Amino acid sequence: MFQIRPRSLTLVLVLTLLGLSLASLCFGEAPLSLGEVVGGLLGTGTEEQRLIVQQIRLPRVLLAWLVGCSLGASGAALQGLLRNPLAEPGLLGISASAGLGAVVALYFGLTALSLWALPVAAMSFALLATAVLYALTRAGSTNLTLILAGIALSSLATALTSLALNLAPNPGGVQDIVLWLLGSIADRSFDDVWLCLPFVIVGLALLLLTGPSLDVLALGEGEARTLGVDLGRLRGLIILGSALSVGATVAVSGAIGFVGLVVPHLLRRFVDYRPGRLLLPSALGGAVLILAADIAVRLLDTPKELMLGVVTALIGAPFFMALVLRSRRDML
Amino acid sequence: MSLLDIAGLDVVLGGKSLVRGLSFEIGEGELLGLVGPNGAGKSTLVKAVAQLLEYRGEIRFQGRPLNALSARERARCLAYLSQEDPVQWPISVRDLVGLGRHPYRGSWWRGAGRSGTGDLEAIESAMRLTDVWRLRERRVTELSGGERARARLARVLVVEAPLILADEPVAALDPRHQLQVMQLLRSACQSGRGVLVVLHDLTLASRFCDRLVMMDRGELIATGTPTEVLTAENLARTYGVRAVMGEHDGQGYVVPWDTSEPLRS
Repeated sequence: MFQIRPRSLTLVLVLTLLGLSLASLCFGEAPLSLGEVVGGLLGTGTEEQRLIVQQIRLPRVLLAWLVGCSLGASGAALQGLLRNPLAEPGLLGISASAGLGAVVALYFGLTALSLWALPVAAMSFALLATAVLYALTRAGSTNLTLILAGIALSSLATALTSLALNLAPNPGGVQDIVLWLLGSIADRSFDDVWLCLPFVIVGLALLLLTGPSLDVLALGEGEARTLGVDLGRLRGLIILGSALSVGATVAVSGAIGFVGLVVPHLLRRFVDYRPGRLLLPSALGGAVLILAADIAVRLLDTPKELMLGVVTALIGAPFFMALVLRSRRDML
Repeated sequence: MSLLDIAGLDVVLGGKSLVRGLSFEIGEGELLGLVGPNGAGKSTLVKAVAQLLEYRGEIRFQGRPLNALSARERARCLAYLSQEDPVQWPISVRDLVGLGRHPYRGSWWRGAGRSGTGDLEAIESAMRLTDVWRLRERRVTELSGGERARARLARVLVVEAPLILADEPVAALDPRHQLQVMQLLRSACQSGRGVLVVLHDLTLASRFCDRLVMMDRGELIATGTPTEVLTAENLARTYGVRAVMGEHDGQGYVVPWDTSEPLRS
């Protein structure tokens, strides 16, 4: 395995992210050269180039950043808090609950009342789901019960979402909702970016604040508390931070799974396995992964463009399986 | 002057009364051993002192109620070594020990994750004392039980707190390292620190501790010097054992030899 020092890891990830962002602005149905992209960004190119770069591809790149950062940082923070490498917003049902919240807002026509109804509903449901999970882990549960609880929560949210679709009066609307639920950042505009940006920034800030406490929590709750870690505050920050960031991004992108699981796992060795130091690299790594997957979706020659959430699940589910098998072997 | 004063301590957990009306004190420079059979409430008592459990009664540190101190002040006053070994991630031994400097960290925007030179010196000296300096680059999860126990003890020493609470620190250790850990705790007391240590090995308790507190079923059975506490009657009454007792170099030893019918009143 190649070796990267913890400090240069962040730099490597930032450079990769910028490189992929430029690539993402180039690729698409109308391929543009790097010069044309820069021209489009600065407004010096043709009207068409400016439109493609600024109105179509730039929001997509920015959303990839926001979604990836939210999922990566939430995954790392939840794994640190629950002291469990299998924790992840998608697996634990936080994303599905946010999706349910969004569908409820759509179903009851709340979105017509206010632009903010959708993200607020998604975030509220995400908050509720995280709080339920947290209450379950409080009662001294094991890895197994936590994951089972996540699956139960996830299934419940999915079932309620299906119920809403089942009873939906308008079939056309149903297809929109289903497609949206699959998870994608294609055909989004700057409105979507502005809608989730403030919540993602606040959520990420809350998550990144928890770094030093998460490191100490590696010692176990008792010893961490005697070293001055305020567990209540730590849990509050992480529950609120993940609910805000994941809830807000699910509201615009739908549920995109497994990123929060895979990214911290891949990066952990480069930060000496310290849960607190993993937060920032996981946020950046999440953005890199989403951006790369989103480019792949466009480059793959499929009859219809694949949904991003479908692709991350196709890669992530086998990965998760391998992780479970390995952790089972370690326990034996 | 006493370092820690415990008066009328009651701990009730889930409707069960685990510690009842316990009172004792730890003086400066004193190594106090807490002994008693399984389920006597020793760990519960230690956790209550560490402010990890709700309790009724008074726990005073240098005359001030411990629960009136801020979390940060308290973190510098007492260091706690738990009985379990719950380190989750394969962090390096040096990072593990370094976590003990958390109470001295600046705010998150200053020196997040970085250690000052004072920290580095404290970390190295604690690791050399516990004989884990040569393991500093190893992952905690790769260590043997004894190595990990010593690394965790280094993590506790590095806090440089006036009061150390150690819940069975020698349970996983071979005889040589058991003696070494007890000697370390003994020498920690020489600088005026107080140590409360939970022990099952009665010979170690008798040989190293200044005083003992013996508990059974949440209550104080006896307190005093090891010879006053570890009497045949007390051992039969609490542990239900008969022991071979003697003296070597002027210090008592106690070797449990046979079970006896416990004399419950």
